[in-house]
Amino acid sequence: MIEKGGATQKSAFGRIVRWAIFVGALILIPVIFGGNPYHMYVATLTGIYIITIMGLNLTLGYTGQISLGHAAFMALGAYTVALMTKSGYSFWLALPLGTLISFVAGLLLGLPSLRVKHHYLALVTLGFGTVVYLLLSNEWEITGGFSGITRIPRPNFFGLSLSSDIAFYCLVAVFLLGLTILLLWILNSRWGRAFKAIRENDMRAEMVGVSLLSYKLLAFAIGAAYAGIAGGLLAPLMKFIDPTTFPVHESFWFLIMLIIGGSGRFEGAFVGAIVVMLLPEFLRGVQQLFFVIFSAITLVLLVFWPTGLAGLSDVFFRKVLKRNPPQLTK
Amino acid sequence: MFIQNVVSGIAIGAIYALVAIGFTLLWQASRTVNFAQGDFLTVCAVLMFVLICVGVPFPWALLITVVASALLLGFVVKRGVIQPLIDRSHTTIIVATIALSFLASNAIATFWSAQCKAFPQIFGLRPYRIGSVALSPQNIWTIAIAIVLILAINLFIQRTKPGKAMQAVAQNREAARILGINISSVTTMVFVMNAIIVAFAALLIAPVYMVRFDMGAQLGLKAFYAATIGGFNQIRGALLGGFLVGIIETFTSAYLSTEYRELIVLVVLIAVILVRKEGLLGTEER
Repeated sequence: MIEKGGATQKSAFGRIVRWAIFVGALILIPVIFGGNPYHMYVATLTGIYIITIMGLNLTLGYTGQISLGHAAFMALGAYTVALMTKSGYSFWLALPLGTLISFVAGLLLGLPSLRVKHHYLALVTLGFGTVVYLLLSNEWEITGGFSGITRIPRPNFFGLSLSSDIAFYCLVAVFLLGLTILLLWILNSRWGRAFKAIRENDMRAEMVGVSLLSYKLLAFAIGAAYAGIAGGLLAPLMKFIDPTTFPVHESFWFLIMLIIGGSGRFEGAFVGAIVVMLLPEFLRGVQQLFFVIFSAITLVLLVFWPTGLAGLSDVFFRKVLKRNPPQLTK
Repeated sequence: MFIQNVVSGIAIGAIYALVAIGFTLLWQASRTVNFAQGDFLTVCAVLMFVLICVGVPFPWALLITVVASALLLGFVVKRGVIQPLIDRSHTTIIVATIALSFLASNAIATFWSAQCKAFPQIFGLRPYRIGSVALSPQNIWTIAIAIVLILAINLFIQRTKPGKAMQAVAQNREAARILGINISSVTTMVFVMNAIIVAFAALLIAPVYMVRFDMGAQLGLKAFYAATIGGFNQIRGALLGGFLVGIIETFTSAYLSTEYRELIVLVVLIAVILVRKEGLLGTEER
C-alpha cells in the first residue's frame, strides 16, 4: 500500500499531458459513443464509480483506513436524492443534502472507531453497511423496500433539461472533473501532507504535531462524502434504485477496484474503476467468473505489485523513457 | 419459551464463540484480522455437504473436511498469502483477507452453485423433553461439542509445548524469537488450528443455516463482533463475547424485532468500544 515513488520530479509537461488526456477523453466519449444509449450509460456509470473510488482512495490509499461501508454511503446519497426529487424538491438541494448526510454519517462512524485500532473501523463500517441495507429493505413505508423507488427524475440546470443520456453524462463529467480538482487540491494542501504523513507512520506524524484523530476523521468523512455524491448521481442515472443496488459486498468490490488500479496513487481510482467496469462489458457471459478472476488478481497484486496497475506506468517511465515518472501530488 | 430461548441463544453463541476464538488466536499470533473467517466456514460447509451428497459416510466427511481445511485454509493461506505480507501494514493484510473472502464466496457461487441447499440434520430432529421444556437435539449437541472443543483448545494452549510457544509469541514476539521460538512456524500452526476450529464450527452451523455461498458472511461478522465486544486479545473475551452476541440476538428476535437484531448488536458493539476500547475482558495492547 506504500507508494514506492522515486525522487519527486515536478514535470509541468507531464502534468499538462495527463490533464489533456483526461479532459480530452471526457469530451471525446459522447462524440464517439453518443449514438448508443447503452454505451453512454456505461460511460456515465464508470464516471460515478470513479468518484466513489476516489473517495475510497483518500480514505484507504492516502490515510490507510479501511472503509467497508462505501456502498452504504452511496446508498445514503442515492436515497436522499431519489426521495427528495420524487417529492418535488430540486436536485440541486437534494444532492448537497445527500452529500452532507454521508459526510455526517462518516464522522459519526469514524469517531468511536478511530479512537481505537484501525481494524475496528473496518468492522464498524461493515456493520453499518449491513444496517443500512436492512433499513432500506425493511422501512418500506419510506424507502419502498424491495420494490425500490421507480421513475426517479433527472435534474434540470437553470431550465436546461439534463434528462437525455448525453446531457446527464455531461453533468457527471463536470462533477468528475470538479471533484478530481478538489481532491488534488486537498492532497496538495497542508491537509494532504498530513494525510500522507499519517499513512507513512502515524506515530511519527503525531509527534511532529499532526492531530491524528481529527485528520483521520476528516479524511474518512470526505471519502464518505465522495461516495454520497456518487450515489446522488447514480439514482437519477438509473432512474430506479432498490436495496440490492447497494449490497454489502459492493463495498468489497470497490476495495478490489482500488487495489487493482493502485491504492494511494491518484490515477489508481481511475484505472481501477475503468478496468473493472469495462472488461466485463467486453467479455460478456462469464460475468460471475470475473469476480473470481478479479479477486484472485487482487491477491496477486497485493503480494507482488502493491502499487497496482497505476504502478506499471512507473516501470514504463523508468525503463523505457529513462526518466522519473511524473507525480500528481507533492 | 424463555428457557428455549436461553438454550438456543447459548447454542448459537457457542458457535460464534468458537469462530471468535479462531479470530483472537490469529490476531495474537500474527496480528491478522481475518475478514475471510466466515467464508472459510462456508468453504468447509460446502465441502462437507458435497462429500455427504456423493455418499461418503458422515464421520469420514467430517475428517476429510477437517484435514482439507487445515491444509488449504490453514497452511496454504498462511504460506501463500499472509506470509509475504506479514511485514507490511495491518491494512494490507486486512485487504488481502477481504480479497480472499470475495474469492472464496464467488468461486463457490461460480463453480458449485448459487442456490441454497439443505444440509442433512445429522443430530436428529426429535426434541429432548425435560418436564414441559422441549430442547432441540441440534442445540444440545452444538453446546456439547462446542464445550468439548473449547476445553480441548484451552488444554492445548495451557499444557502442551507448542501451546506455550503460542502464548509466548502472543505476549512478546521479540522475546519469543530471542528464546529460539520459530515465530513463522508457530504462526502457521495457529492458522492450521483456526482452520480446524472453523471446520468444526461449519459442522455445527450447517444444519441450522442453509448451505449457500454467502452463508458465512453474516457469521464471520458476528464472530468479529463477539471478539471485539469480549476483547480481541483474550480467549475468555471471545467466549464471553460469543455467548453475549448469541443471547442478545436470540432475545432481540424473540421479543423485539427479527429485522433489527443486527442493529442491536452493532449498537452494543459501539457502546462497548466507546466505554472500554479493549473490549470487556481485553487488555491494553502496546
